[in-house]
Order: sequence, then structure tokens, then C-alpha cells
Amino acid sequence: MRGHRKHLPTSKDISGCAISGIMNEAGERFSGDMIIGSIATMHDRSNGLGGGFAAYGIYPDYKDHYAIHIMYDELADRQSTERLIARYCLLYEDESIPNRPSPVIRMRPFLHRYFVQVRPELLRRHSDLTEDDVIVDMVMEINTKIKGSFVFSSGKNMGVFKGVGYPEDIGEFYRLDEYQGYLWTSHGRFPTNTSGWWGGAHPFSILDWSVVHNGEISSYGINKRYLDNFGYDCSLFTDTEVIAYLFDLLVRKHHLPFEAACMAMAPPFWSQIEHLEPRRAELARTMRTVYAGALLNGPFSVLVGYSGGMVGFNDRTKLRPMVAARQGDMLLVASEETAIREVCPQVDRIWHAVGGVPIIGQLKDPAKVLGQPEAARLARMTRSLAPGAAAA
Amino acid sequence: MAPRLVQPEFSVQRDGERCIACGVCVRQCANQVHSYHPEYEEVRAAAERCVGCHRCAWLCPTGALSIIHTPPTYRHGGHWSSEAISNVYKQADSGGVLLGAMGNSQPVPVYWDHLLLNASQVTNPSIDPLREPMELKTFLGRKPDQVELEMSGPEPSLATTLAPQLELSMPIMFSAMSYGAISYPACKSLAMAARELGTLANSGEGGLHPDFWDFGPSMIVQVASGRFGVTPDYLGAAAAVEIKIGQGAKPGIGGHLPGEKVDDSVSRTRMIPVGSDALSPAPHHDIYSIEDLRQLIYSLKEAVRYRKPISVKIAAVHNVAAIASGIVRAGADIVAIDGYKGGTGAAPAMIRDNVGIPIEFALAAVDDRLRSEGIRNLASVVACGGFRCSADVVKALALGADAVYIGTAALIALGCHMCQQCFTGKCNWGIATQDPYLTRRLNPEIGAQRLYNLLSGWAHEIKEMMGGMGINAVESLRGNRHHLRAWGLSDRELKILGISAVGE
Repeated sequence: MRGHRKHLPTSKDISGCAISGIMNEAGERFSGDMIIGSIATMHDRSNGLGGGFAAYGIYPDYKDHYAIHIMYDELADRQSTERLIARYCLLYEDESIPNRPSPVIRMRPFLHRYFVQVRPELLRRHSDLTEDDVIVDMVMEINTKIKGSFVFSSGKNMGVFKGVGYPEDIGEFYRLDEYQGYLWTSHGRFPTNTSGWWGGAHPFSILDWSVVHNGEISSYGINKRYLDNFGYDCSLFTDTEVIAYLFDLLVRKHHLPFEAACMAMAPPFWSQIEHLEPRRAELARTMRTVYAGALLNGPFSVLVGYSGGMVGFNDRTKLRPMVAARQGDMLLVASEETAIREVCPQVDRIWHAVGGVPIIGQLKDPAKVLGQPEAARLARMTRSLAPGAAAA
Repeated sequence: MAPRLVQPEFSVQRDGERCIACGVCVRQCANQVHSYHPEYEEVRAAAERCVGCHRCAWLCPTGALSIIHTPPTYRHGGHWSSEAISNVYKQADSGGVLLGAMGNSQPVPVYWDHLLLNASQVTNPSIDPLREPMELKTFLGRKPDQVELEMSGPEPSLATTLAPQLELSMPIMFSAMSYGAISYPACKSLAMAARELGTLANSGEGGLHPDFWDFGPSMIVQVASGRFGVTPDYLGAAAAVEIKIGQGAKPGIGGHLPGEKVDDSVSRTRMIPVGSDALSPAPHHDIYSIEDLRQLIYSLKEAVRYRKPISVKIAAVHNVAAIASGIVRAGADIVAIDGYKGGTGAAPAMIRDNVGIPIEFALAAVDDRLRSEGIRNLASVVACGGFRCSADVVKALALGADAVYIGTAALIALGCHMCQQCFTGKCNWGIATQDPYLTRRLNPEIGAQRLYNLLSGWAHEIKEMMGGMGINAVESLRGNRHHLRAWGLSDRELKILGISAVGE
């Protein structure tokens, strides 16, 4: 395990990448083999310096618990971290994250996971806090204050698995073929600067948000400062972190549907807005004016996962590739068509994503998979701005 | 009276072989440098009156004239520069205050020149603005924290109504230059160009000549401590109202229009007697603190029925960030910050050259402060004070400005040669004068065209620079200090500017 050290970068992360996401909208679970097969097809889009996966629906036995995945530089870092967790949470189970020794994974951190619930007395004492807020505070505190510890996954009934290596090797290492999930996203990384730190791989995740991202955000400098305005501390200096926080701000805090959030981040050009029908033009104009700091400029394709589904979207001029396909209840989105055909040769429909127009996959019956309250929240998040304008 | 001790600053050289004694120079020079001597049948020059405006040399039909800068040849004395010595002579002659015009003329550091811009290579494609959209459209005004959607109908609809916004085709406006300080055709050139360009001109504090009310939708009108020309109709005519608290060229004092420039038309526009000095009080006498400013802001909002944004313009002074924060909290929709190098028609040179701080630092500090307080969205920030070119503008946007005001650059486009004698009212270029013999020299149609050309050129350059950075909307440049690097600055300066050194 030599050589791996937590390293919060001090400058913007620059990388090219492959991304892939597969979802069963009926909520039926399938093994990680499929996503590994898909991302492996795009081997040449990454350079072995980072790969990772987000998997939803994998912890049904603990679906009401937050699954906290942590990487430790040293076993000694565990003690202070666990003391900190205990301040916020009740611990139900913890274990090493199962892995399969691999000749190509030479150095790695200690990987551990905890299934926890927020201490009820905390929520009673601080009536303005939600349990999500408590978890976010805890994750931020561990990641910024404890030298050798890094929380890389903190959602319910989902988990992030990532490291330094080609994505297919990372998938093998984490034994993802043994997990069953209804939604998987993955990422192969081609960084131009890297410390060999496992936490630097994608997906980036907070709560049940996970983001895999191909591209470079030229507007990063202002997006980060825009988020500062709302109290977000972008500590990782990655474009991806900024995207995750923007989704959190726009969707979770400002209660915007995904389609509106994507309009804020990849808005139509003014010349296009002029030609929209008046009501929609007014909406677009207002979104652009108010959310100017949230506009993501530069080339990117992004897949955002959350418990209710996934959202794929491109920069507004579509400078990075993204292809989507549907087959029955399956929605597949990837950087290249080959990554879809490899695991799903016959598709009902396959198309190129349009710049700035989100591709939204959602559970058909979220109440069945996630419960009623969560389903109501998700219904709001996926409202379309105009009939017929929703993603195909 | 003993002869003046000050040496002439310019030498007027006339090529006798070329001069045909036509008298153009005699008629063109309001400073009466040139005079025709029939007894010798030649034109001679009184160089001590020359201000270096080059009007005569430009119009001389035979190219016989050259104006040469001849700095005083006092013995070099390190601490005692020639200018310092000349200034003592001038004041010993007159007992007066040293006056200056236009911006600070001292060789002080230009921080824009210490900042370098980024461009894309490999990992991020640069964008070609000739082939792809590149957006400079800018909205100034108060923005809410968030957009709220009404979700109960068949489809979500807007539940947020925006406060009034100014829509600009590019983030550059013409800064406040009053009728009185500058001439009727200069004002008209600015207003016409602003309308044509889709941006705004600023009336300054001297009221709005009735002929210009048609340009109202392209104008910001000012309310300053002198309240010149302020009427309900004046407020109603404009796109926005700006409260002028301070000016970068002379923080701490009010505007000063010499009586020589107050003719009949200026007098009617300003509502003051012909020939009287128009001296604005140093403070607004109804604003002795921030809560008083709030009252004026809301009085003006009431007057315009909350349909127009209210801007507050201040000079960049030591604690500008805290002041700006107070102004935003007092309800201003726009805060304009005028830096140390801002121009003026007349200012005491001591104040112009020694009071205030550079716009680069003021802007960085204000943007940081408003963000750290979570109120940056509540007001737009407009920077002004010495912008020379489009690269200065790009750097200001990246530091955090929503838009900039340009004044001096616009006057130069109209023909100003920066002789810095605006306060004499003898501008040979017809810009900073009210003498009808001189103002006729500036054709507003041509002036407007030249201003249009200037800003069109700058807009092209800004698009090229943004494209290089891989950015196709100006909102992604605004406040994006990652695209700036600095050289030759101290760690502390870097920290205040919030940018990294080159190579970092």
C-alpha cells in the first residue's frame, strides 16, 4: 500500500475521459458485469490513472442506512475518523470493502465501509437540520480535517467504488460482478496531471448524488466562486465536484426540476431564446440572468446518478461525445456507441445527445423501490418544463 | 509683473519653407498660440501658451507644423522633478490650487499590465468566434438567490419576477460625462453610439439637454450632490438612475464646472445662472451615513415606480469593500466603482494624483467581499477608471466586474489628444468646451460612428480572447480569476487580487 497518500489537489484537475451509465427504469437489479463490459470497451479513452463506478440499489438490507465508504492512508487514521462518525451517527455495521487482490492494482489505501444512521437526538436538538445536512457536515469535516481519511461515498442504498487503474481492473478489484443494482454509472480517466491518489478518481459523490464527467469546465473559476456565495466549499478543485454541488444547489435546495437545472447549467444561446415561444423564452431568459454563475462553459459530457435515476447532459455546443439508447426498460448512455452495443447489441432506439438537452432516466415506480416520501420528492425533480419537451 | 518662471512645455516648430501663412493654425488655436504678423507676412507662435493638443499640426495644409514636447530643462534633481519645480513656480505665481483634468498623469503602476490571460491548448478546445456563437449580452441589476417555479399547474411556470434589469449588448458602457464638462455634440455622439450599440451612455451630473430625452432608453442619468437638472421627468426619461457619491479622479470632493463653460444652454439644462461655477458639494447634504443613502435610493425607486435599477457610484477608497457592501444592503441594484486613474473635466491635481486606490484592487476586494457575504447577486458591479483597451476590460471582467464604464477612451475616439486642459473650456477639438466656434468642429454623426467603431473593435477582440479561453458566454468569464495569472506582483498583492502567479 505504499505510495498512496490522500492528496487534496491545489489546482484545477484536467482530464479527458470515458463515461457510461446503464439503468433499468423498472427498478430491476442486474450485476456489475454489464457496466464493466461497457466501460472496458472504451479502454483507450482512459490511461490507467483512474476508474470508478457508482451503483444504486446494491445495499437492500441496509436501504435505510447511509453507506459511508472511506479510504484511509493508514489504519491509524481509523480511530479519529470513527470517533468523529460516532459524534454524528449510530453505527450499525462496518467492514472492509470486499476486494479481490489483483496484480495490476499495486498500491492502494485501506478501504472500509460503515452503515450508519444519524443520531436521533441530534435531529431533535437541531430542528432545522435534516439528516442529509448532518451527513454532509460530517463528510466535509472528515475530508477537510482528518489528514489521512477521505469519504468517497455517503448515500443510502448506493455506493461508489473507485481507484487508480483502468476502470475494468477497478471493477474486478471491488468484485462488482457480485453486486446487484438497478443503476450503474462508470468512468475511465485520462488525467493530464495526477497524484496517484485514489480519491481523485470519479465518480465524485455526496449523499446519493454521483457525478461522472468527461471534460474540462472553462468556467470553473466562477462556478466555484458562485457556489461560495451559497456556502459550498469546493475543497477538491475538480470540475466534477462543482457539477455535483450545482446539482445539489439547484435541485435539492432550489427545488428546480432537472430540466430547469440543466437549462441553468447549459442554457440556450440568446439567439435561440429569441425564437422560443414567449413563455419558454421568458423562463430561459430568467434562468440565464439569475443563474449566470452556474453556467458550465467548455466541453463536457456528464452523467449524474441519484437514487431515482440518472441525468446525462452535454455542454450547449456539444464539444464532448454522448450517445444514448433505449431497450425495453433499459436506458444506456455512454461516450461512444460501441460501449452500448457491446453490452446491448439490439436496441429499440439509439441517438446522439443534443447539446444542452438532458437525457433523463427515472424509476417508473419509485415508490416501490424507494418508498412514498422519496417518490414524491423525485416526482418534483423530474417535472418537465413543457409538455413534449422532456427528454426522449 | 515679473515674467513667469515656468518654462514652456512645448516647442512649436514651423517649417518656413512650407508655411504659406494661410492662417488655419491662427483660427484653430483657442489658446492663441499662433498669430499672423502682416508686417512680416508670417505666422509666429507663442509657445508658452501651447497645451500640446496638436490641432494646428493636424490641420496645417502644408504639414509645416510640429509640436515637440520639451520638458523643462532644469538641472536634474531626483527628488525634485521638473514637474514638482514647475508646480511650485505656478503656485508662487498665482496662489491658486493646481488643477488637472483627465486621469492621473503620473507614471504610477498599471496593474492591468501585470495580469496575463489564459488560452486553451489540447485538453479544451478554443472557440472560433467567427464561426461559433460568442455571447457578450449582459444584464445589470439585482438578481434573486434563486428562480422559483410554480409547480401546481400542468407544467411548471415562473413564480419569480425579476427586479428591473439593464440589457447591454456588451459589458461596456460610456461613463458619466456631463453636458457642460463636454460639449453638445460630444454628448450627442455618446448617446447616438450607445443607442446604436445597444449599450448605455451616462448623462453625468449636469442634467439632460431636452434634445437628448429621446435617447433616454439608452441613458443612465445621474443624481449628484448638486442635483443639477434633476426633475421627475429627467428621472423618468432614462433607463436607470445613478447616485453619484464619488469620482475616482477626485474622491472626497464634488464636481466642479468652471463658470466659463456655463453658457445659456448649459445654464438651462443645469438650472443654474449663466457664467456661474457649478460646484457640487463634497457630500450629499442629505446623506451623512449609509441609512441616509438608503432613503435616497428608495426615494428614487419610488420616483421611477420601481421600474428602473438604481446605481450608486463611488470612488475607490481604502475601505471600498465595506462601503460597497453597505451600498448593496442599502438597496442599490448596481454599484459603480471608479478607480484612482479615472478621468475628470477638472480636479485639484493633488487630489487626483494622491487620493484613492487603483480599480484593480478595489474591484477584487469588492467582488470578494460581496461573495463572502453571500450578496454578490444582489447588485451588479461596474468598474471604471482608466480602461485603455479591450484586454483591460477582459481582465476587469475576470476579476469580477459585470461591466465597465469607459470615459477617456471614448473621448480619445472623438479626437481628444489628452492635453488635459478640459477645465479651461478651450478644447480645440470641440469636446470639452461650450464655445460654439469650437463645438462646431465635432460632428455628432461622425463622432457616433467613431465610438461605434471603437466598441465594435473591442467587442471583436473580447470575443477572440474569450474564445481562446474556451468560453462562449461572458457570464463564464465574469469573476473567473482562474483565467488570470500575474507577474511582478508581491504575494500580498496576489492574495488581494485573488489570482496565482504565472507558472502556478
